[in-house]
Amino acid sequence: MTNFQIFTKGFVKENPTFALLLGMCPTLGTTTSSINGMSMGLATMFVLVLSNIAISLVKNVIPDKVRIPAFIVIIATLVTLLQLFMEAYVPAIYATLGVFIPLIVVNCIILGRAEAFASKNSVFKSALDGAGIGLGFTLSLTLLGTVREFLGSASVFGHKIEALQPYGMIIFVLAPGAFIALCYIMVLFNKATAKIR
Amino acid sequence: MEYFSIIIVSIFVNNIVLAQFLGICPFLGVSTKVGTSLGMGAAVTFVMAISSVVVYLLQYYVLNPLNIGFLQTIAFILVIAALVQMVEIILKKMSPSLYQALGIFLPLITTNCAVLGVAILLVQKEYNLLQSFTFAVSTAVGFTLALVLFAGLRERLELADVPKAMKGIPVALLTAGILAMAFMGFSGLVKA
Amino acid sequence: MKSSLRNMVSVLLLIALVCAAAIGWVYELTKDPIEEAKAAKTKAALSEVLPAFESVSTPEERAVDGDKIKIYKATSKNATVGYAIETFSNKGFGGKMKIMVGFKPDGTICGTSVISHSETPGLGDKIDKSKSDFSKQFDGKHPHTFRLGIKKNGEGDVDAITASTISSTAFTDAVKRAYEQLQAYMED
Repeated sequence: MTNFQIFTKGFVKENPTFALLLGMCPTLGTTTSSINGMSMGLATMFVLVLSNIAISLVKNVIPDKVRIPAFIVIIATLVTLLQLFMEAYVPAIYATLGVFIPLIVVNCIILGRAEAFASKNSVFKSALDGAGIGLGFTLSLTLLGTVREFLGSASVFGHKIEALQPYGMIIFVLAPGAFIALCYIMVLFNKATAKIR
Repeated sequence: MEYFSIIIVSIFVNNIVLAQFLGICPFLGVSTKVGTSLGMGAAVTFVMAISSVVVYLLQYYVLNPLNIGFLQTIAFILVIAALVQMVEIILKKMSPSLYQALGIFLPLITTNCAVLGVAILLVQKEYNLLQSFTFAVSTAVGFTLALVLFAGLRERLELADVPKAMKGIPVALLTAGILAMAFMGFSGLVKA
Repeated sequence: MKSSLRNMVSVLLLIALVCAAAIGWVYELTKDPIEEAKAAKTKAALSEVLPAFESVSTPEERAVDGDKIKIYKATSKNATVGYAIETFSNKGFGGKMKIMVGFKPDGTICGTSVISHSETPGLGDKIDKSKSDFSKQFDGKHPHTFRLGIKKNGEGDVDAITASTISSTAFTDAVKRAYEQLQAYMED
């Protein structure tokens, strides 16, 4: 696999949300608006890139039996750092995303990439893999957030569309809408990418 | 009354899976058979009940006095991971039959965000020890309820004629959406 | 790598040490910005709910209903121009709700600002000014003539947010608590 392929595979072929179905909790829980979805995606990407780098750096010195505990400590540390940075510099977003930020620790995407990629590849390739998958995740979350925000509150990235205001279907911002919107986006995604995959 | 309202709210109104989106992975992954869903639910209830007490003690007798609240995430995940391992080992020794029933679900629980989520939420909501325990157990019951209901629906769904593009996960998500809508009806149960 | 007790313990210990050092360093680094962000938030809330003022006293804390409220006194040219009260309600749909309420010296509500809440996005979060005009109906009203209770429930004069009676009730409850505490404070 070339470096370019490593970077771009997260967009469609191994898209964590639509193709691999990983990290469903934040996908459904934080995408009430485009901004929230994008922030969650970027926060996850931050941890993913750094954890891939860190794990790739130490992969040769970790004994097999304590591999998972060591990974969890590294990931939990990175999440704590992220929490501190977010609380200091973007407190409003930190408050909105709430419990889903510390829960990045148990996001299957992170541990999955650590196991499947970073523990076997070079530092540079691991960083590229983390950035690619992270970007794919961010794009999916932003897409889902935009769809839900548009249908639910008739606005895009926080900009209200005045003409459509009376037609906002609030259900799309609420819990059931998350499942339903994701379902239909997934159907369209499968249809559109059937050839590529 | 207060405990009663915690129970009703966490099982029905703020159902952990269908309203709060925690524990979606086992919800979509494990719940294809009613039997396995019950097993998973029981294992989660067991772990959540113990972890709520442990996490409560950790927060109020270790992290707070030492003023290191910012280590919450790292401390909680390590304690939960260790706890799950311990439960597995003890169960294997003490009660092989229970281990047979729950054993395969235990390793899955460490990465179940519902357990860590409940641990963080009970601190955030400033519950006392007994409230935390009540909250954890009823949340777990809500989790089991959602899983079992969903498994029942999916067993029926297998016999249905689903459009090709919707087969598998998409139709499961749609079903979950309708189930979540039904659960929204429960929000009338709480009156301020 | 093959596992032995010695390398397992030493590797985990080393990782834990490096991680602890990293967290400690970043904690020191972000400590002041976090404090500043919190102070800036309080300051923004104060200037939003109070009439123009020169300085604000250090808050006086009071224990109420198992939690505490903070009372700020705003002055301009040695005259009191208003009071701001950081109040809360436990009746929210998603748990605790914290708001700042500003009063003129005669008790008229000057303004409100949401500090933190965990209401449902799209429904209950309309208590926030940026999402709907709900909270603006309190501005300029005096609790003597504007009864703090939900109109729909026959308890007062507040118009609730459609489909979010619980969040509206909690907000009103918090404002009411602030007013009661202001009265108690003025009597002292």
